[in-house]
Amino acid sequence: MNALAALGRWTLEHVARLGRGSAFLLPLLVGVCAVLLRPRLVIRQLFSVGVLSLPIVLVSGLFVGMVLALQGYNTLVDFGAAESLGTVVALTLVRELGPVVAALLYAGRAGSALTAEIGLMKATEQLSSMEMMAVDPISRVIAPRFLAGFLALPLLAAIFTAVGILGGHLVGVGMLGVDDGAYWSQMQAKVQFGRDILNGVVVKSLVFGLVANWIAVFEGYDAVPTAEGIGRSTTRTVVNTSLAVLGLDFVLTALMFGGV
Amino acid sequence: MPDSASPRFAEVLVRVRGLRFSRGTRVIFDGIDLDIPRGRVTAIMGPSGTGKTTLLKLIGGQLRPQAGSVEIGGTAIHALSRSELFELRKGIGMLFQSGALFTGLSVFENVAFPLREHTRLPESLIRTLVLMKLESVGLRGARQLMPSELSGGMARRVALARAIALDPALIMYDEPFTGQDPISMGVLVKLIRLLNDALGMTSIVVSHDVKEAASIADYLYLISGGQVVAHGTPAELERADSDWVDQFMHGLPDGPVPFHYPAPAYADDLLGGAG
Amino acid sequence: MPASKTVEIAVGVFVALGFAALFMLALKVSGISHEGGEGYRVRAHFENVGGLKVRSPVSMAGVRIGRVTAISVDPQRFDALVEMTIERRYDNLPVDTSAKILTSGLLGEQYVGLEAGGADAVLQDGSTLKLTQSALVLENIIGQFLFSKAAEGGGSAAPAKP
Repeated sequence: MNALAALGRWTLEHVARLGRGSAFLLPLLVGVCAVLLRPRLVIRQLFSVGVLSLPIVLVSGLFVGMVLALQGYNTLVDFGAAESLGTVVALTLVRELGPVVAALLYAGRAGSALTAEIGLMKATEQLSSMEMMAVDPISRVIAPRFLAGFLALPLLAAIFTAVGILGGHLVGVGMLGVDDGAYWSQMQAKVQFGRDILNGVVVKSLVFGLVANWIAVFEGYDAVPTAEGIGRSTTRTVVNTSLAVLGLDFVLTALMFGGV
Repeated sequence: MPDSASPRFAEVLVRVRGLRFSRGTRVIFDGIDLDIPRGRVTAIMGPSGTGKTTLLKLIGGQLRPQAGSVEIGGTAIHALSRSELFELRKGIGMLFQSGALFTGLSVFENVAFPLREHTRLPESLIRTLVLMKLESVGLRGARQLMPSELSGGMARRVALARAIALDPALIMYDEPFTGQDPISMGVLVKLIRLLNDALGMTSIVVSHDVKEAASIADYLYLISGGQVVAHGTPAELERADSDWVDQFMHGLPDGPVPFHYPAPAYADDLLGGAG
Repeated sequence: MPASKTVEIAVGVFVALGFAALFMLALKVSGISHEGGEGYRVRAHFENVGGLKVRSPVSMAGVRIGRVTAISVDPQRFDALVEMTIERRYDNLPVDTSAKILTSGLLGEQYVGLEAGGADAVLQDGSTLKLTQSALVLENIIGQFLFSKAAEGGGSAAPAKP
C-alpha cells in the first residue's frame, strides 16, 4: 500500500512539474521577445553556453567520426564497398549522431550549468531582489540564457558533424587507405542538402535546442533553493534532457525519413 | 498591552490591516495590523521563524495574503496589476538578508544595475551617481571588486548602496545585523540611521537582534505566533509589564517561552526504556 | 568572466565557426556546388540508365575523369539522355569514344565508363557520343536466361503441365 501511495505521489509530482514547466513557457517566450531588443545580453550568454562548450564538442566529434570510420570500414570491406565509407560516416553523423550527441553533450556541459546558475541565483535571493527592483527576472536573466542556448545548439551540432566527418576522413583515408576522392564523391552523391543536412543538423538541433534549454532554465527557476535542491535539479536537467532528446529524435526521424 | 495599531503618528506610509497568511496548514500571520510612520525607522522584531521575512515580501507585493490589505501611500498594493506594482517598486528599496548581489557583475555594475534598467541616463551621469552611492556606504574604493571578493559586511553595504540607487521613499531591511562582526554591525547601524535621516526615507528593519534594533528604531513591533504581541517606542517596551516582552527584550533563557521543548516527565522518560 | 571585448570576439569566432561548419556540410558533404563547373560537356543516349544518378562518376580505364551532370528522357527518341562533364585536361578524347554504364563490384554504384576510339578528331563541348551500351538490368538478364533455358528444353516442359 505504501508503494502504491509512493507511486501516486511520484506521478502527481511529475505531472505537476510538467504543468508548471508548460506554464513557464509563455512568460519565457514573452521575455525572449523583449530580449531581442537587447542583443548584448545574449552575446554574453552565448559565450558561456557556446564558446565554453566548444572544446568538448570538438574533441567528441573528432573521436565519434574516427570510431564510425573504423567500424564502418571493417563491415564494408567484406562487401568490397569500402568506397562507401564517406557516405556511411556522413549520413550517420548528419542525420543522427550530429544533432543527438551534440544535444546530449550540451545538456551535460551547458544545460546543467544553466540550471545550477539560475538555481543559485534563486537560492541567494538574486532573482527575488531583482523582482523587488522592479526588473522581471524572466526577461532579464532567464530569457537571454534560453535564447543563447537555442541559437548555440545548431551551431554546435554543425561543428560536431563537420569535425566528425573530418575525423572519419583522418581514419578512413589517412589510416585505412580508402581513396580520398571516393570518400568525398560517394558522400556527395548520397547526401542531399535539403533532405539530410537541413532536416538533420538544422531542424533537429533547433528542436533539441528548444527542449534542452527550456528544461534547463525551468529546472533552475523551479529549483528548491538549497544546495541539495539545486543538485537535484541539475541532475534532473541532464536526465530529462537526454530522455527528451532521444525520444524526440525517434519521432523526428520517423517524420522526416519515414519508415514507420 | 496596546490592542490596536497606534495612531499617534500624523502620517502613515505603510498601513497593514487584518493581514492573514498561511503556508499549507501553517498559519504564519493571523490578522496583523501595522502602521509604519513616514520618515521614521520602524523595527519589526520577533523570534526566529515568525515570518518576518514573509512580512516584508507581503509588503513588497511578492506574496499575496489570504486576507487583509497592505497599503503603501494609500495604494492597496495587492489590487495592482503587475506593471503598476513594478512602477510602485521603483520607489521601494530592499536589502536582502544575504545581500543578494548579482554574482556575475562587479560592485560598480551592481549599484548601476537599477539605474541602467530604469533610466536612460548617460554613462557619465550613471558613473557619478554610482560613485556617490558607494561613497555614502564607504566603498567607493571597492568598485572594481567582484561580489565573491567582498566580506559579508561589505557585501551588505554594497547591497545597501544598490537599494538606495534610485532614491526610494521606503527601504526595507531584512535581518541586516545577522552574522555580522561587531565592527560591521556598528557600521550598518550607523548607516541605516544616517540614510534615513539624511535622505528623508522611511525605513523598516526586520530583526531579532534586540539591542541593535532598539538602538536605531523610533518605533518597535513585536510579533509572535502570528500576532502583534506588543508595540511602542523602545523605551516603552523596555518597561512593559508583559512577561513575554520582558523575556524577549532581555533575552532571558526561560519564561513564558519555555527552555524545554514539550516532553514527558524527565524521570519517566529515562526509566521508561525503549518507548 | 573575461572582459567584454574578449567575450565578443570569442562569440564572433564561435558563430563564424558554426556557419563555416554548416557551409562545409553544404558544399563539401552534400556537394551542392559540384554541378557543371570546370570542364566540357558531352552527351550520350542510352536505352536504359539503370541506377545511374546525377553526380555518378565518369571514368576511363578506371580513372575518374568527370561526372554525370544531368539525366533526362529525350522527348523525340524516348530514351535516356545523359549529360556529363569531363575535366578540361582530358580534352583529347577521340570522337568515336564509346560509353557504357557499368557497375563497380557486384552491388556497387553504377558509373559511366568511356573507351577511347581511334579517330583523329576530338570531342568538343556539346558533342554527342554515338556508341553506347545500356546498363545491365538484372531482371532483363534473368528473363533472357530463363527464356533461353526454356528454348533449350524444346518447348515441351511448359505445356506438358496442366
